[in-house]
Amino acid sequence: MQPRSDGVAAVEPRAREGVPLLRIEALGLCFIPKRYALLDKVDLEIFPGEILGLVGESGCGKSLTGLACLGLFPSGVKPFSGRVLFKGKDLLCLPEKEVRAYRGRRVALIFQEPLNALNPVFTVGYQIEEVLKLHRGLRGEAARAEAIRLLSEVRLPDPETRIRNYPHELSGGMRQRAMIAMALAGEPELLVADEPTTALDVTVQAQILDLLLELRERRGLAILFISHDLALIREVADRVAVMYAGEVVEVAGKDELFENPRHPYTEALLSARPEFGTRKLRLLPGQVPSPGKWPAGCRFAPRCRERELRCEEEHPEMRPVGPGHAVRCFRR
Amino acid sequence: MKVLELKGVEKSYRLRRFFGRGESLRVLRGVSLSLFENEVLGLVGESGCGKSTLARIALALEAPDAGEVLFLGHNFWTLARGERKRLRPKFQAVFQDPAASLNPRKKIEDLVSEPLRLQGVNRKTAREEAEKLIEMVGLSADVLPRFPHQLSGGQRQRVALARALISRPRVIVLDEPTSALDVSVQAQILTLLKDLKDQFGLSYLFISHDLPVVLFMSDRVGVMYLGEVVEIGPRDVFLNGKLHPYTELLLSSVPGRRKRKGPQTIGEPPSLLRLPPGCVFHPRCPEAVEICRKTAPELREIGPRHMVACHRR
Ligand SMILES: Nc1ncnc2c1ncn2[C@@H]1O[C@H](COP(=O)(O)OP(=O)(O)OP(=O)(O)O)[C@@H](O)[C@H]1O
Ligand SMILES: Nc1ncnc2c1ncn2[C@@H]1O[C@H](COP(=O)(O)OP(=O)(O)O)[C@@H](O)[C@H]1O
Ligand code: SF4
Ligand code: SF4
Ligand SMILES: [Mg+2]
Ligand SMILES: [Mg+2]
Repeated sequence: MQPRSDGVAAVEPRAREGVPLLRIEALGLCFIPKRYALLDKVDLEIFPGEILGLVGESGCGKSLTGLACLGLFPSGVKPFSGRVLFKGKDLLCLPEKEVRAYRGRRVALIFQEPLNALNPVFTVGYQIEEVLKLHRGLRGEAARAEAIRLLSEVRLPDPETRIRNYPHELSGGMRQRAMIAMALAGEPELLVADEPTTALDVTVQAQILDLLLELRERRGLAILFISHDLALIREVADRVAVMYAGEVVEVAGKDELFENPRHPYTEALLSARPEFGTRKLRLLPGQVPSPGKWPAGCRFAPRCRERELRCEEEHPEMRPVGPGHAVRCFRR
Repeated sequence: MKVLELKGVEKSYRLRRFFGRGESLRVLRGVSLSLFENEVLGLVGESGCGKSTLARIALALEAPDAGEVLFLGHNFWTLARGERKRLRPKFQAVFQDPAASLNPRKKIEDLVSEPLRLQGVNRKTAREEAEKLIEMVGLSADVLPRFPHQLSGGQRQRVALARALISRPRVIVLDEPTSALDVSVQAQILTLLKDLKDQFGLSYLFISHDLPVVLFMSDRVGVMYLGEVVEIGPRDVFLNGKLHPYTELLLSSVPGRRKRKGPQTIGEPPSLLRLPPGCVFHPRCPEAVEICRKTAPELREIGPRHMVACHRR
């Protein structure tokens, strides 16, 4: 990181060259009992050491996409098209045993409520040591020492004592740190962080964001950072993908996306949140259509101020509009 | 005119022996604030600082251990039963999770008209009134025969608003009313709240942990820390003024405004059970000096209507 003159640490945009670490190609997911699609032709790439922000309103398919990076699908949900390639290997074709070895080791997941991820009946230390045993063959003293090191790496105060605590004995922020430590135990190359700070106070949220940025710098960790809040994405991401109704509607470098948003949905998201100190809000009427009720043409058409006849009849495809910038809209 | 006033409100909860015997949690410590007619008073602070407890006291759902709660100038807890009953409907609430505050077995029409029915209004009039309000909160009458789970989060929050409005209140206490909603739905609800306030001549106590949202809504803002109001003042001072160090910490944590100037000594709030002596913020305060560790600062006026509890402001 190069310190800028104003004292703000500048995050250099990651080079998008070389081979992506993870590449999702035309992934489609179907909800089997009702036979409708939940995700449709989702394409995403995450490069080594990159933070990719994934943003969209609730129900757009962010979490399902995040889980797919681990080769995980909730019950009743099945892929019907596409590939999920980690360093060229398709997780969807690997035997379950190999996918399991990959999970936690190559890719780890943290999410909103650490209480659900941490087992309430075991101490924090025990749970981290289990991961160390499973993925790195560490046991006894070595595992304990490494668990303490991980907890101090995520800046949990008094790691030697905290290691004996049960999850409920920690504050929300401390639990999130413990969950990150557990995710790091397998030394993954990619971290899927699904709304990791939504349940936290702003002050604690700020600390967790700093921690994630630091881990990326130190370990070269790539992060898929999922959030419904563009302001947060702006803080951490190098590139951003915007999802709407089960598909990606815009992808761009962070600065490009914030300075030159193309998709009307991205624009609407940007102006829906009260900016610091302004009293202006632009309204985005209506809500995300549920799966099974997606409009046939552009899925955003019913809420779009710029729709024309064609938007209601044809489904727009992703179209490049600049370097690393693509958008799914006829008019932009 | 003050529509709601809290004077030196104290509130403690006794804890079970699990946490040690006879310990009590001092959740509110000498809180005083006033809400004026047609005003939106915002309240921010971290989780557990006592915002919701304050809301329950401001709604007279709970009595304070000490201090006074004045509704339209009347000292509520000294009033006769009948008087209290007459005043209560003038103070309504909307909470974060409408799913929890709306009875899932009741239809929307009954949920909205219920407060009037309880005041003895006949079924037909109450129903007509419910229909009118449902439209005023931007829903169509076809939600009336539905149940809460058949509505989206934003629609449920509109129902909660209609139910609050039907008693023609003077004050609505809004406790994190948009925290569970998407940004786009939040924008819709915030805009609606502003419109309704003007239409009905309401005053709001607007509680949220989201500072940009509070600044968007409020005329004045109060900042709470560990059960105390540490700063209160007109909205504009929060945009460019000398502020309490805790408020400055909150502001610098807002996404998009963060100054990353190396490690900030911020940590997490201490437990209410082990409150530090002196200024309760001193363990996290980058400006703490000797006196801060010994003497608790009092709220003082440092600008027009701007009060701060800090030795160094
Ligand atoms: N009925 C109760 N019994 C015991 N403790 C309580 C009770 N109600 C609240 N508390 C405690 O009082 C403190 C303040 O709680 P309160 O709910 O008012 O916080 P808050 O500021 O609304 O937090 P949040 O932002 O998380 O909603 C907390 O430590 C809480 O655990
Ligand atoms: N296990 C599941 N079974 C059926 N539908 C699901 C399941 N998980 C998610 N969905 C549906 O898929 C859509 C996308 O969900 P999700 O990925 O959780 O969205 P987001 O994370 O963007 O809020 C939603 O409409 C949701 O209801
Ligand atoms: S394709 Fe048409 S309806 Fe869809 S976002 Fe673009 S202008 Fe709007
Ligand atoms: S009184 Fe002292 S410790 Fe408290 S906020 Fe002011 S400077 Fe900080
Ligand atoms: Mg999700
Ligand atoms: Mg609360």
